Amino acid sequence: MHDMSKKITALSKTTKNREASTVIEVDDIGFSYDLGKTETLKGISMEIPKNQVTALIGPSGCGKSTLLRCLNRMNDLIDTAKITRGAIRILGQDIHAAEVDAIELRKQVGMVFQKYNPFPKSIYDNVAYGLRIQGVKKKSILDEAVERSLRNAALWDEAKDRLKDSALGLSGGQQQRLCIARTIAVRPKVILMDEPCSALDPIATAKVEELMLELRKEFTIVIVTHSMQQASRISDRTAFFYLGELVEYASTSHIFTSPSVKQTEDYISGRFG
Amino acid sequence: MNASENPFESKRNWTKLREKLGVGSFGIATYFILFCAALIFGQIAYKGLPTFFKSEAPYVNTEFFTSNPEILRVWHDAEGNKFSMPDKKFDVWRRDNPDAVILDPHALNYSAGGIAGPLIGTALLVLFCMIIALSIGISAAIYLSEYCGKGRIMSMIRLSILNLAGVPSIVFALFGWGIFCHAAPAIVDHVDERSLFAFSIGSNYLSFQGWGTSLLAGSCTLAIMVLPVIITACEESLRAVPKGFREASFALGSSQWQTIRKAVLPYALPGILTATVLGITRVAGETAPIMLTATSTDKTDMPMQALQNEGVWAFFTQSVQALPFHIYTLAKLPDDPLSKPMQNGATFAFLLLVMGFAFVSILLRNRVRKKLKW
Repeated sequence: MHDMSKKITALSKTTKNREASTVIEVDDIGFSYDLGKTETLKGISMEIPKNQVTALIGPSGCGKSTLLRCLNRMNDLIDTAKITRGAIRILGQDIHAAEVDAIELRKQVGMVFQKYNPFPKSIYDNVAYGLRIQGVKKKSILDEAVERSLRNAALWDEAKDRLKDSALGLSGGQQQRLCIARTIAVRPKVILMDEPCSALDPIATAKVEELMLELRKEFTIVIVTHSMQQASRISDRTAFFYLGELVEYASTSHIFTSPSVKQTEDYISGRFG
Repeated sequence: MNASENPFESKRNWTKLREKLGVGSFGIATYFILFCAALIFGQIAYKGLPTFFKSEAPYVNTEFFTSNPEILRVWHDAEGNKFSMPDKKFDVWRRDNPDAVILDPHALNYSAGGIAGPLIGTALLVLFCMIIALSIGISAAIYLSEYCGKGRIMSMIRLSILNLAGVPSIVFALFGWGIFCHAAPAIVDHVDERSLFAFSIGSNYLSFQGWGTSLLAGSCTLAIMVLPVIITACEESLRAVPKGFREASFALGSSQWQTIRKAVLPYALPGILTATVLGITRVAGETAPIMLTATSTDKTDMPMQALQNEGVWAFFTQSVQALPFHIYTLAKLPDDPLSKPMQNGATFAFLLLVMGFAFVSILLRNRVRKKLKW
């Protein structure tokens, strides 16, 4: 199976030049949560193209969220986490190199979480958080950034009259879009989304999905999702993971219509997972 | 359908009886404690309240709250009429009535005047103690919960802190007496002979001679005593802040300190204030530590006078009176009905002071909590 995933990656590499340029390059990455005793990711290689939505799918525990959290080094926060091999290059830079500051990396690679987690502050303060952290104090700049981000996140019309109200007064779907607005306020290159719709109802989900399709014009989006319908609706490319390995990675239409690997087909058609 | 066919018919059995017994005994225990508390508070209030008021206008005994303890002079005249008068008043009265017959005169210590000195002393001790304890305690809690790892040494440190919370206060008192009263460094003009060692800096000396029996030594001793409680409670409240806030903050490119300051500390504030309440009520009531390190019974001037006359350093190194210690002194007085009002009044005032501290902190906490809901 390992050979298979390598073959597929190689295949996607050859087609690289005909597609959009690569933003993230994952090169044979191995990752362990317990200092190398067991590998959660077993040599993943994939290239994520610019201004596209790339979906990571697979059954629970397959390593897709772990890979996502490797991309902005959120796993650094876990004491016993360790990259066991390989490298991740974003915009051509190895992100684990000594001269890379994880803080600067996260400004370029933002993240939206499974459980919407706005701070218990006002809507305005939530969106302005990232910029204020970077030392932006001027009100005109903050005002403009807040409005632009909320418009981008399709939340402006609902929130413009209550910017000073607590973010926790918003509905779940609005809160998640606020988290997206908060993330894009710092103008990252890449947005990572970890099951952003799993806590939302279908209508709120549809809004967030619509938003993602809009956002890919400006940002590169990597999304982890449990919903295959969602992956097929919004993503340009889909990667199927199983037990820490990349089973198949290709364009979404290919994966969902004529997967090359039997396992992918079984998972997509609901026969396992 | 007749009644005997009811499938949910109540059955008498042991489980039910046991449940009733359990609930009953928990209830009795709760009400017993409430009863005891009410009895104690009621007793103190009933006996203490009369000291707060007097029969003529303005009906409130302002002297009790605004003057220092005094000696009460007691005597009777030839006809057997009993007289009692505070010391200063007595001197004036004696001058005006030089011929008055005074039989069997005696003096009752601390039985006149008021409790202003002890009241202010205790407030100052609690204030400075909490400033010291909170600044060190919150820093330590942040380090323990956010920065340091989970290694064996760290868990040993945590265990030691927890154990410190159980150390008797007299041990802290002796520690504070040894360190702060007799060995702490001070900048002085001339070196006292009790100094451990000293070296000169410019025209002054840095002398390890301690701060003597002083407000500063007392506050530091109390602070060290209450630190374990504060560190543990603050650490718990920091840990209780949802992980999502930290992750969101990190994902937006903030450093660890920015995350702690903006996304963790504000939301741990209610818990930290609860710890402060606990700390204050414990500190305000402690007698042993201040008895050795901070208090004097026979001090006549108010703490503020030192600040006005001699400056900040003199203010912090003066000894103060403190309410719990004053109550202890009053309790040891020879039994005399004329001493009772002071004893009861001081006790009740002390109770009110501690309740007041706790009440303000709880109000503050509720306000913060209302602002921060998630």
